[in-house]
Amino acid sequence: MFIPHESATDLVALIHSGDLTAVEVTTALLERIERHDASLQAMLRVDNQAALAQAEAIDARRRRGEPLGSLAGVPVAVKDNMCTRGEATTCASRMLEPFVPPYDATVIGRLREAGAVVIGKTNLDEFAMGSTTENSAFGVTRNPWDPERVPGGSSGGSAASVAAGFAPLALGSDTGGSIRAPAALCGVTGMKPTYGRVSRYGLVAFASSLDQIGPFGRSAADVAVLLETIAGHDPADTTSVDVPVPRYSESVSRPLENLRIGWVKEHFGAGIGDDVAAAVREAIRTYESLGASVREVSLPHAKYSIAVYYVIAPCEASSNLARFDGVHYGMRTDEAVMRAELDDERARLEKAGDERGLADMDTAMVRLYRKTRAEGFGPEVKRRIMLGTYALSSGYYDAYYKRALQVRRLIREDYDRAFAEVDMIVGPVTPTTAFRLGERVDDPLSMYLFDLYTCGANLAGLPGISLPCGFDGQGLPIGLQLQAAPFEEEKLLRAAHMYQTATDWHTRRPELA
Amino acid sequence: MSKPHEVIIGLEIHVQLATRSKLFCGCSTQFGAEPNTQTCPVCIGMPGTLPVMNRRAYELAVRTAAALDCEIAEFTKWDRKNYYYPDLPKAYQISQYDLPFSENGGLLVHDPKQQIEPRFIRLIRVHLEEDAGKSMHDEAAGRDDSRIDLNRAGTPLMEVVTQPDIRTPLEARLFLTELKLVLTYLGVSDCNMQEGSLRVDANINLHVDEGGETVATPIVEVKNLNSFRAVERALEYEAVRQLDVYEETGQRIGDVPKQTRGWDDAAGVSRAMRHKEESSDYRYFPDPDLVPVRITAEQIAAARAAVGERPAELRARLEREFGLGGYDSDVIVNGGRELVDYFLELAERAGDGKLASNWLQQDVMRALNDRAITIGEYPVSAAALAELLAKVKGGELDRNRGRDVLADMEAHGRGVEAAMASLGIESVDDDALVALCRELIAANPAIVADVQAGKAKAAGALIGQARQKNPNVNPGEVRRICLELIEAM
Repeated sequence: MFIPHESATDLVALIHSGDLTAVEVTTALLERIERHDASLQAMLRVDNQAALAQAEAIDARRRRGEPLGSLAGVPVAVKDNMCTRGEATTCASRMLEPFVPPYDATVIGRLREAGAVVIGKTNLDEFAMGSTTENSAFGVTRNPWDPERVPGGSSGGSAASVAAGFAPLALGSDTGGSIRAPAALCGVTGMKPTYGRVSRYGLVAFASSLDQIGPFGRSAADVAVLLETIAGHDPADTTSVDVPVPRYSESVSRPLENLRIGWVKEHFGAGIGDDVAAAVREAIRTYESLGASVREVSLPHAKYSIAVYYVIAPCEASSNLARFDGVHYGMRTDEAVMRAELDDERARLEKAGDERGLADMDTAMVRLYRKTRAEGFGPEVKRRIMLGTYALSSGYYDAYYKRALQVRRLIREDYDRAFAEVDMIVGPVTPTTAFRLGERVDDPLSMYLFDLYTCGANLAGLPGISLPCGFDGQGLPIGLQLQAAPFEEEKLLRAAHMYQTATDWHTRRPELA
Repeated sequence: MSKPHEVIIGLEIHVQLATRSKLFCGCSTQFGAEPNTQTCPVCIGMPGTLPVMNRRAYELAVRTAAALDCEIAEFTKWDRKNYYYPDLPKAYQISQYDLPFSENGGLLVHDPKQQIEPRFIRLIRVHLEEDAGKSMHDEAAGRDDSRIDLNRAGTPLMEVVTQPDIRTPLEARLFLTELKLVLTYLGVSDCNMQEGSLRVDANINLHVDEGGETVATPIVEVKNLNSFRAVERALEYEAVRQLDVYEETGQRIGDVPKQTRGWDDAAGVSRAMRHKEESSDYRYFPDPDLVPVRITAEQIAAARAAVGERPAELRARLEREFGLGGYDSDVIVNGGRELVDYFLELAERAGDGKLASNWLQQDVMRALNDRAITIGEYPVSAAALAELLAKVKGGELDRNRGRDVLADMEAHGRGVEAAMASLGIESVDDDALVALCRELIAANPAIVADVQAGKAKAAGALIGQARQKNPNVNPGEVRRICLELIEAM
């Protein structure tokens, strides 16, 4: 038995039976992180003592004969944009470097109740804005399959940690593809649940109407266990929906009969890599061989989804991130330096007799805001704040935000029509496999196009799952995306499990240096 | 001589709703706590937190809108008003922009002193929003540090916006007085201006008549109005100032940006407030963290039915059913619903509205005032006071003796009979009374002569003497007997 490659479900069984202790599991994984994370940088913070203390508590419960939770002793890595009480939660931003929340996110509370061990916080693009995890203020995460390549983003640290065997499970957040895309690039299984399926309370908001927390694992069966743990209505999040949570972990192994799958022509148009297209087509044939019927469906407004997404998400972000102003928490610019700067400016203007300049000078308060935000945010975050602020401005609101909301509804209606005909839409997750670090950092537009196949599900509020369906010529994983109607997570998990029973792509592991 | 003109005034009133907890979290709204002790991660806007609407605040707001005859929307939503200020922790205020929960409606304003005709002031809207915190600027001693108290951040506020229907500063004050009374009757706010639970901003400009053409002057918003009297004074000042400016500069609306001025009540002047970002762009958009609020037509109808009699309706009833004048009904209704209920019972039992009104105003309300108590704490029930009034009305007690009895009832919590007994008031038997009258007539030939000469009024002196000899005599009886005896002489 090699603990870092064991599934969460097997680990739970072994811990329940007493064949393995939670401390043994956590120790094995901490050692693996210790050995390999210096080069991967998937983890932002790992507190060995705290992780072992959680594991010891689980073992103590077992010794006392107390009931154990569904994830007893299973280490879970958590994206560092979910609040953990008494522990830093930085969103990979200088702005929140000093921030220690006095509360747990609802999902963290549910993990703790289930007996999971929060093993560490994972790297991400700053405030979850990005597709490569290169926008982190604290270092670049590398893809375990090829350390010269990106792991995808923004939940790159969570995806890489599961691929690298640092934890069997991880939590990510998905606003435009931020779980599904890194899952594809790192060769793991990741799901974005229906909007409202999982509480957002304690998730530092990027774009509130699109953000959703979801699970990573190395199989659909493991993802099912984690989703079951975190899903469900939360009175603290009124956008979470009060719909019963099925026992995903029990139903996941039941194959679907008479499965109707649809594919979308636009998913195979310009921009998609040949290897990706071929692997996805092969996966569709696999479903056919498993008894599914296949037909083409149309999503005529899908081509607008990137444009709509890059209006709505920055608008909401510009407002959500306005609170980071140096007044209440997080970082604040050096006030002594700021005051000296203002004094110099004033002296210079007085000397020049520039009355107008003096009248226009920032107050100390305004300069505090300006400098704090200039120093605290990275370039991608600033870019999106500016985009959103512009689009919401008086005179532009109707042309951008309001129009985007209208097209968003059309996109949702496309999906509604499609799901009247098929159970699932099957397609690619990303246009290509993992690209090289630094390759697109100066080309935000091509970076944004990486969300082409994923952001539709966020705009429509649908669940989507990403699972491995092959490798390209360079040995890099390719992802397959399944999307379904709202609250059909169970269908997606069962369909993914069917595929993983018929194929072994998900069992491949990268060799770490 | 100044040009003929009309004063145009609109008011924006912020009212804190009397909920125990804040609009979007469970923190207390109690006034006066140590700074930053009534806060939680939600109301200080910590990352990751989410608002949850306080349904009670929404219900109070709907009740108010119903009482103000507003249209109540079955669907309403929350919007973010984005701006930076240190006492606004999220850097946006959750408010309502294009779909407020209620619109239109209005309030009839009357003047008990009848200096103006009753006027209906229309409302544009009533909406809900969260309050900001409080900045305390310590500008003394050259310090420019500010301290922030977030206890108030997130307190539910209702904003009432009038049409520019108000034409005089007096009308503005009367409107506010009536609005406050309505809100107090509804129990939706304590309307305490000192504690900031009712705040007023006024917009004012002039319509100047330039030989048939109406010219509008620039609109000025007046802030820092700390009492209704201050509102009236500030607007009086501002109307004169604006006319002076107009006559000097000829500036019309649109020529200069809207100005904000602060009222200095002690100095009696308004001053321009420094306002660098004159044209703030709040970038309103729907708050994605909050689900829209829905209410059914049945619930709206129930809210309207639950409003009950409003002050204006009560005044009308007191005048119609009990024959009170406008001034008296106003005083009683201004005393609050409990006082009105006391009056209604008193008047009903005493069978005399005017007598009840007189005693209520001259005796009961004075006692409440002197003792700083409410009618609920007043020791004499309406039923007991009604018994006393019956004795006064029947002539058994005169007004002064009645007052003595009431004072005894108040002081000792006694009933009428017991109070009279303790004061030694007992009825004098008829023979004794006739004997007393004979005695007085014999002793006062001059008065008798006057009465016989047709001056019946002169008998009053006999009554005075009778009371000196026996304070328990019924003055009416003394008068009747004396006049009968003199007649028979």
